[in-house]
Amino acid sequence: MREHTAEMEAQPGIVVDGLYVERNGTHVFEGLSLSVARGVVTGLLGPNGSGKSTLMRAIVGVQRVQGGAITVLGEPAGSPPLRSRIAYVTQAPSVYGDLTVRENLRFFSRILAAPPGRIESALETVELLGAADRVVNRLSGGQRARVSLATALLGDPELLVLDEPTVGLDPVMRRDLWDTFHELAEEHRAVLVSSHVMDEAERCDELLLLREGNLLAAGTLPELLRRTAARDLDEAFLRLIDEAPP
Amino acid sequence: MSLRVTGAVASRVLAQLRRDPRTVGLMLGVPCLLIVLLHEIFAGRELIFQHVGGPLLGLFPFVSMFVVTSITMLRERTTGTLERLMTLPLAKLDLLVGYGAAFAFMAAIQASLVSAIAFLFLDLHSVGPVWVVVALAIGNAILGMALGLFASAFASTEFQAVQFMPAIVLPQLLLCGLFVPREQMADWLRVLSALLPLTYAYGALSHAIRGTFDARFVLDVCVTLGAALLALVLGALTLRRRTP
Repeated sequence: MREHTAEMEAQPGIVVDGLYVERNGTHVFEGLSLSVARGVVTGLLGPNGSGKSTLMRAIVGVQRVQGGAITVLGEPAGSPPLRSRIAYVTQAPSVYGDLTVRENLRFFSRILAAPPGRIESALETVELLGAADRVVNRLSGGQRARVSLATALLGDPELLVLDEPTVGLDPVMRRDLWDTFHELAEEHRAVLVSSHVMDEAERCDELLLLREGNLLAAGTLPELLRRTAARDLDEAFLRLIDEAPP
Repeated sequence: MSLRVTGAVASRVLAQLRRDPRTVGLMLGVPCLLIVLLHEIFAGRELIFQHVGGPLLGLFPFVSMFVVTSITMLRERTTGTLERLMTLPLAKLDLLVGYGAAFAFMAAIQASLVSAIAFLFLDLHSVGPVWVVVALAIGNAILGMALGLFASAFASTEFQAVQFMPAIVLPQLLLCGLFVPREQMADWLRVLSALLPLTYAYGALSHAIRGTFDARFVLDVCVTLGAALLALVLGALTLRRRTP
């Protein structure tokens, strides 16, 4: 009971309540509700087209929504004060291809009024110190994704929304990045990471399983496996689909 | 709006141009070549060169900045950088003024360079002070930038964005009075030309070169600046934080 109260007192990271979103004439969400806690890494898992990116866009306030409410760090999603408290990394690397890595980071850090040392530490985290003065367009796809990710590490965000940040990266890099996400979460931040790779579930503290715009299940990996008596998340996912009302 | 963020946008746009020396070369070199070409075409007909070449000095930045802005802004939209900017503590005005400052700076260089060539080597002469011509050129660059920004919202590919140049810029050049005096146009064309901002930009430039700083000059300058402001507002309306 005490634990519950303590949880209630701590400001939740994200609360989505009855979200309705329509894109290009199709209903992406019809009353989606979920919440994301601070202090943990939450994995948003689901196949391509399940609505992961749309949900993330709605949370950071760039998606036009038709109904429902999203509260982020205690404020309505998209409200101006949130803009310096959130870091968002899109699925496709959104950086300036004709600038160098460092020039990109310098631009974003000036907008965020980030302390000067942050550029170097962000470059170190994504292991791009050696490529700092290269033009982004001449880098590989994985390196470009890391430049995009580095921009999210410049400010001092209370919420990180990362859309498939580890796609196409080598296993060592992926492990290191997940360690970084956990370090960030330990500082009482909320970290929401999407992935369509079910293997990444074991790296998350909490999971949100999304399919066709519906929340299939939420909880920790052991909880979900126990509830569905499944050996791995793929199997749990299939059982949850079978259980779900048509 | 903050000076820090506006400055960050302006220096980023200039850094992008610095990384692309070919574009800068074309931006600065082509107008110079064109004014020399124009001088040669009208060799021996100095009055026509005086009439066409003078105002043209101030119209080059309009064309260049329209093209550069519409492509740069389209790239911001398609590569997702605009969406990311919209999640950051950046006001739309920071973005617009940042772009404006960077392109006004480029326009100042472009107009000064072309003016230097035309006035020093091609015997073009201006009755009014040359700095007025350069100042008007900067105003036209901002008008071109604002229209380019607005046009970029209606293009989904760079091919489309480039096609907006002949669609939006050429009719205005034809109707502004540069090729045929507006008094000699058919009534409906004259009405049409009165609705286009470049007509006033051209009017102000030709008055400045003739040194006739009368009420008409003031009106032309005001309408040009008003049109630039209106286009910036329209451009700002196309920058949406939330998109479908």
